[in-house]
Amino acid sequence: MSTISLKSIRKSYGKTEVIHGIDAEIADGELIVIVGPSGCGKSTLLRMVAGLETVTSGEIAIDGKRVNDLEPMDRNVAMVFQSYALYPHMSVFDNMAYGLKIAGRPKAEIAERVAKAAQMLQLEEFLQRRPRELSGGQRQRVAMGRAIVRKPAAFLFDEPLSNLDAKLRVQMRLEIKGLQRDLGVTSLYVTHDQVEAMTLADRMIVMNAGVAEQIGAPLDVYQDPETVFVGGFIGSPPMNFIAPREFAGPDTDLPDPLARAVAAGGENMLVGLRPEHMALCAAGEAMLTGTMRYVEPLGAETLVHVALGDGTQITVRQEGIAEVPETGATCPMRFDPAYLCLFDGNGKRIRTGG
Amino acid sequence: MEKRVTFKGWTLPLLLVLPQVVVTAVFFFWPAGQAIYQSAFIPDPFGLRTQFVGFGNFIFLLTDPYYLASFRTTAVFSVLVTVVSMATALWLAVMADRIIKGSGTYRTLLIWPYAVAPAVAGVLWLFMFNPNVGLVSWYLDVLGYNWNHVLNGNEAMALVVLASAWGRISYNFLFFLAGLQAIPKSVIEAAAIDGARFWKRFWTIIFPLLSPTTFFLLVVNIVYAFFETFGVIHTITAGGPRQDTTILVYKVYADGFVGQDLGSSAAQSVILLVVVGALTIIQFRYIERRVHY
Repeated sequence: MSTISLKSIRKSYGKTEVIHGIDAEIADGELIVIVGPSGCGKSTLLRMVAGLETVTSGEIAIDGKRVNDLEPMDRNVAMVFQSYALYPHMSVFDNMAYGLKIAGRPKAEIAERVAKAAQMLQLEEFLQRRPRELSGGQRQRVAMGRAIVRKPAAFLFDEPLSNLDAKLRVQMRLEIKGLQRDLGVTSLYVTHDQVEAMTLADRMIVMNAGVAEQIGAPLDVYQDPETVFVGGFIGSPPMNFIAPREFAGPDTDLPDPLARAVAAGGENMLVGLRPEHMALCAAGEAMLTGTMRYVEPLGAETLVHVALGDGTQITVRQEGIAEVPETGATCPMRFDPAYLCLFDGNGKRIRTGG
Repeated sequence: MEKRVTFKGWTLPLLLVLPQVVVTAVFFFWPAGQAIYQSAFIPDPFGLRTQFVGFGNFIFLLTDPYYLASFRTTAVFSVLVTVVSMATALWLAVMADRIIKGSGTYRTLLIWPYAVAPAVAGVLWLFMFNPNVGLVSWYLDVLGYNWNHVLNGNEAMALVVLASAWGRISYNFLFFLAGLQAIPKSVIEAAAIDGARFWKRFWTIIFPLLSPTTFFLLVVNIVYAFFETFGVIHTITAGGPRQDTTILVYKVYADGFVGQDLGSSAAQSVILLVVVGALTIIQFRYIERRVHY
């Protein structure tokens, strides 16, 4: 039905380029999450797809048709805004019906489609209310409803959950995912929240400073980050980054790629390890040693924060029931070499064994 | 619970409200009282004695065709001034809101006319449209139109409306622009994505959301047209030709200070007071209901 394709999209404001060439192909019915820190250009990218920002160069195509020069109303997309952007002077019904009325649909069809969307979103009893008489979560649903009734080629979500409280956000996240699955509408979803990105996405685009650092399925991105930025941004707590010389203990067998890196004296290299792939161990089998700083017991798991010799702070995740060393104690640690990621001085992943 | 300030005695609160009370009393209640009092008398031609006539002045006025014509003139004049000044200001504000480059200069230029006193504005327009030496009337003559507002009542009306509305556009423009900029951008973007083109967005989203501003300006502009256009009318037409631009306020002045009929003038003031009071009540009662806040 609908695909979206981005070909080397660039955006400049005056002489400042904020998006430096993004390529992505979004398949029909796919939910793509664009995730990145604030100011990375993710919202700008979404707004370019919506037609609210001009494209400096590159091509945006919806369903294979170039839309660069089309006005927002001619792109057949629906957008859910962070502020919801409901029409304050219209009832919930009129808010949802607005797009259909403009399209000149017959009254009966409008009523039917709005009713169906309202039922899906449990908004039936609020149809005659004004937006200001609704709670944040209800307004969010109305914004969703307004997008759904139009049956657009694509949904664009611009941080739709960031104005909700934590609990509601988790709930709405699931609802959005469910709705998107049921409707099968191609969606682009922008968020700065990596948990939201991980849980919602079919594939995600991790953006940093106007560049797509990695595009892939959430778990692939998590386990196999392309760059230091991705490893650090995705996952909470983030991936640990350790300089190779920290491993250079006297009596440990280091796994091969690391051993070679250490031997080569890769000064600027970094070793990336997820907290759950590291463990505290007996002194004899240590691959790495640090000083215990503090712990965060979360119940099911405990996060142990350790300072390495060069001051780097790393996190080790262990079972909630496991024993925890005292603050200031020496911490011998080991890790599963299978999960080790090596990054070069520019933060790019070094692929080995290929 | 509403938080209230509690005073221990009466002295301080009285002192605090005193300036306002004094100003209102001296400049409103006392003159209004005087007007009501004087409206019941007819002074003799030399102003030496007065004769009590009760409602005689009112009865005379309400059966006087000239006075009733002045009502009609006022209605036409104030509706035209309000519509012309508000519509133009709204149009300019919508345009100013759309441009990005040079908007500061544009705005400043649009605000300037507000600094021109009504009487000065009147003289400016008078010069431009003077049937003998006016630039605009000369060009109109070239185009084959013989402009003479000194003889033609409709032209006189058009000119005073133009001059009065012109001075008002800046003020309305400022409020409309502020109103436009207070509308969240995302709401307008949402409407655009929903398929509404500019003018559709304007009538279905922007204009309704501007209604508090529009309503406020409506009240202020009508009151302006009723009272503050005196200077413009006095300088341009002095109420003429015949009485074609004699609005109620101008007639109060003309009958009282030129015609020396202070009793009738006072009675007209009282009627004006009632009319404006009624207008304000109507506006707040009926129009405000349709306003979306």
